[in-house]
Amino acid sequence: MSDICFYFQVHQPRRIKRYQYFDIGNDHEYFNSDAENDTNNARIARKVADKSYLPANAVLLENLRHHPDFKASFSISGIALEQFEEYTPEVIESFQRLVDTGRVEILSETYYHSLTFLQSPREFKEQVRMHADKVRKLFGVKPYVFRNTELIYRNDIAELVADMGYIGMLAEGADHLLGWRKPTFVYHAKDNPTLKLLLKHYKLSDDIAFRFSNKDWEEWPLTTDKFSHWVNAHNGDGNVINLFMDYETFGEHQWEDTGIFHFLRALPHEVMKHPDNGFVTPTEAFSKYKSVGEIDAPHYVSWADMERDLSAWLSNPIQHDALRAFFELENDVKRSDDESVLRDWRRLSTSDHFYYMCTKWFNDGDVHKYFSPYESPYEAFIAYMNVLNDLRLRTHAAPRSTKRTVWEAISQKTRGVLEAIKS
Amino acid sequence: MYTIEYANQAIGNLPIAFVCIMRVLMYGWEFPPHNSGGLGTACFGLVKNLVEQGVDVRFVLPRKYPTQECGAKIIYADESNPLNGEQAEGFASGYINEERLRFLKGEYPELQYGPSLYDEVLRYAALSPLVALQNQPDVIHAHDWLCYPAGIAAKRVTGAPLVIHVHATEIDRTGRYDESNPIVQIERRGMYEADRILVVSEYTKNIIVNNYGVDPDKVDVVYNGVEQKSETVIEPHEERFDDYRLQAADWKVVLFVGRLTLQKGPDYFLEAAKRVLEHRPKTLFVMTGSGDMERQIIDRAAYLGIGDKVLFTGFKRGKELGRLYKSADLFVMPSVSEPYGIVPLEALMNGTPVLLSKQSGVSEVIQNALKADFWDINSMSNQIISCLEHGSLRQTLSEEGGREARMQVWSKVAARCIIVYKKLVKTLSRAS
Repeated sequence: MSDICFYFQVHQPRRIKRYQYFDIGNDHEYFNSDAENDTNNARIARKVADKSYLPANAVLLENLRHHPDFKASFSISGIALEQFEEYTPEVIESFQRLVDTGRVEILSETYYHSLTFLQSPREFKEQVRMHADKVRKLFGVKPYVFRNTELIYRNDIAELVADMGYIGMLAEGADHLLGWRKPTFVYHAKDNPTLKLLLKHYKLSDDIAFRFSNKDWEEWPLTTDKFSHWVNAHNGDGNVINLFMDYETFGEHQWEDTGIFHFLRALPHEVMKHPDNGFVTPTEAFSKYKSVGEIDAPHYVSWADMERDLSAWLSNPIQHDALRAFFELENDVKRSDDESVLRDWRRLSTSDHFYYMCTKWFNDGDVHKYFSPYESPYEAFIAYMNVLNDLRLRTHAAPRSTKRTVWEAISQKTRGVLEAIKS
Repeated sequence: MYTIEYANQAIGNLPIAFVCIMRVLMYGWEFPPHNSGGLGTACFGLVKNLVEQGVDVRFVLPRKYPTQECGAKIIYADESNPLNGEQAEGFASGYINEERLRFLKGEYPELQYGPSLYDEVLRYAALSPLVALQNQPDVIHAHDWLCYPAGIAAKRVTGAPLVIHVHATEIDRTGRYDESNPIVQIERRGMYEADRILVVSEYTKNIIVNNYGVDPDKVDVVYNGVEQKSETVIEPHEERFDDYRLQAADWKVVLFVGRLTLQKGPDYFLEAAKRVLEHRPKTLFVMTGSGDMERQIIDRAAYLGIGDKVLFTGFKRGKELGRLYKSADLFVMPSVSEPYGIVPLEALMNGTPVLLSKQSGVSEVIQNALKADFWDINSMSNQIISCLEHGSLRQTLSEEGGREARMQVWSKVAARCIIVYKKLVKTLSRAS
C-alpha cells in the first residue's frame, strides 16, 4: 500500500524597493515599488498568478472532479494571501474552490513565512496564530498540521509546535536525519510520540520540481507512466510518498511549454492504475498510519540547497547582522503601540529578505541558481538596513506608552474645564 | 612550421614521443621593470605563464633596454642605441602626449626619435618583417594599437595568423569615436586584418563590435589576471599600528586610485564625496594619482566646500600604495570607461572592499562588489555610506571579493590564449 501525499508551498514576500539612505526619515513606504523590475510586488503577483497559480489550480480542480480519490495539501503564507487579496483576488477564489471540495487541506505556518523561531518564540507563536486566523477567515477551516518556513526543523521547534496543539509537522527527509531509514513512513518528534512527522521524499519530489525539464538528465523526458512506476516500486516498502514542492514549480519554475501541466493533469489517472495506490492529506496520513520511529534533530534541517541547513539565510556576516538588527527592534516596535510600525516590522521578518543576501551561489560561480530581485546580495542588505533604520526612527517617534504628555496626565475633569475655557 | 622536439618518456612502451612546441611571436610596447602602465605588467604575466605551459614565446620590443627575466626570449626590433631604464619608461607610455615626446627628444637628441609617436609606431612596423622572417612563428600576437602595424607587417611576410589583443581603445581614452583620429584608424585596421581578436572584457567586446564594426564571432574575451605576489600587497607582518589610527578615532577613509583624467571619473568621485559628507561628516576622501585634471579637481573640492575632507597624495606605487589600500575602508573606482581595471583587484588583495563602476570590465569578474553607474551619484553615495556604516558589509565584501580576486591567476589567461592559438593553427598532426 502506498499513498501519495502532495504538499505545495505557496508564498510571495513583500519585496523591499531600492530604498536609499537618503530616504530614511522621509519615506515610510518600503514595499510599494512601481518600477518595471522585480521589486514591484503587484507586478510579480500578477505575473505568477497568470503563469502558475491560476492554471495550476484549474488543473487540480479538474483532477479533483475526475478522480474521487485525488487529494492535495497547501500552505499559503499570510503575506501571500494578503497580496492576492490586494492584487489578484481571483487567486483567492480559485483556492477557495479547491478547499471547498473537502479534499484539499490547508496547513499552518507563520503568517510572514518568517525566521522568528530563531530568537523569539513569543513572536513566532503570535505569527502562527495570525496565520490560523487568516485561514479561518478565508477558507473556513482550522489547520491541524504545521509546516515551518522552508521546511526548517529542529527538536525545539517541534516542542513549540506541539505546545500549540498541532498533531503533526512536515520536514525534509534529509539523509543525515533518517540514516538507514526511509522517508516513506510516518515518524514522530523526539520524546514526543503525539507530534507526528511526514518527511519529504526528496528524490521523487525533486524529479518533478527541479529535473522535470532538464534535458541532460538521463530520465528526461519524465512521463507520468515512468513516474508511476517509481511510485509503484515503493509498494510493500512504505506507506506514504511525500511529494513536497513549491507550487510555483508549475508554470513558473517549469514553464508551461515543458509539459508540466499535462504531467500534473495525467498523474492521478496513471497512479490509480495500480490498485494499491492512493492519495492522502497530511492529517489523514497521521490518522491512518502509526509512527514507526523517533526523529532526533539537534541541528537545523531545511529543504534548501545541497546543504539542507540554514546557510541560505544565515551564513555570512551581513545576514547575521541584518537578523540581529531585526530582533533588536522587537521591544521598541511593540512598545511603540503603532499598528503600522508593527506591521512593517513583521513584514521585514520574512525569510526571503535574508535569502537575497546569500553569497554562497556567487562563489560556486553558479549564478543561474541565484534567484533575487536585486543585483547583488549587497544591494539587498543595504535596502534592508536602510528600511530598518527608518523603522527605528518611527518607533522613537511614538513613545506613547512610556511617557504621558501633560495633557494626558491631568484628570478628565480638569481637561473638560480647560476645553470649556478654550472654546 | 612546427618545431619538433624528441623527448624521452619513461612511462609506457613508446620510448619517444613527439612534442610539438608552438612558436608565438608576440609584439609588445613595454615590459617590466621599466613600464609606464598596465600593458607591460599584463604582457609579463601572460608571457611568463605561456612559457610555463610549454609555448615558445618570442617577445618583441621596439627598442633595446633592460627587462625582467620571464623565461621567454626577448627580441629588440632596433638593437642600436639601447635605452637605460629612465629613458625606457619615458618611451614606453602608450599614453604619452606630443609635448612629452618633444621634451624627450630635446632631452635625448641621440635617440633618433621620429617626428611623432605615430612615426615611432610605424618605424616599429617597418622593422617588424625582418624579425618575423628570422623567427618563423606559428602565431603572431600583437598588443594594443601601438603594435598592430608591426603585427600586420609580420603577418604579410610570414603568412602566419595574427591575433590582436585589445587592452584599451581610443574610445576609453578620449570618450568618443572619431573616424579622423589616426589612432582610431590604426585600431580599425588592426581589427580588420586580425584573424582573432582577444579583448579583456565583454564590455570592451561591445565597444569594438558596436563602434569598430567587428564581427562578434571573431572576438574572444580573456580577462586579465593579477599578480598574486605583488609589491602593493601589505602582508600581515608589514602592518603598522599607524595604519589604523583613523579607524580608532571613528573616521572612515574612502580611496580613489588612478590617473586624474576624464576616463577615470575623478569628478564623479568628488560629487559623491560631497553627498556623503552631508550625511557623514567624519569621512576622509583620499585621491591617489596625478593627471591632466589635477588642478580642476582640487579647485572643485574647494568650491564644494569639502577641501578639508579630500586629500591628494600624488602618484604612489609599491608599499606606499599598499598602505593606502590597507588604511581605506572602501575603494571606489568611478571610471567612465574602463576596459578592465586592475586597481580594484589590488585593493581586494589588501582586504579592502570595492565599489566599481558598471562601465568596467572588472565588474564582470568580481561579483562580490558594490556597483553603480559612474553618473549615478545617488546610488554611489548611498552605497558608500552604507558600507561605512555597516562593518558586516565591509567584512563580507572583503572576504568574498578577496577570494574572487585571488582566483584571477595568469595561468588561466595563458590557457585560454593557447586554446585560441590552437584553433588558429588547426591540427597538431600536420607537424608530423
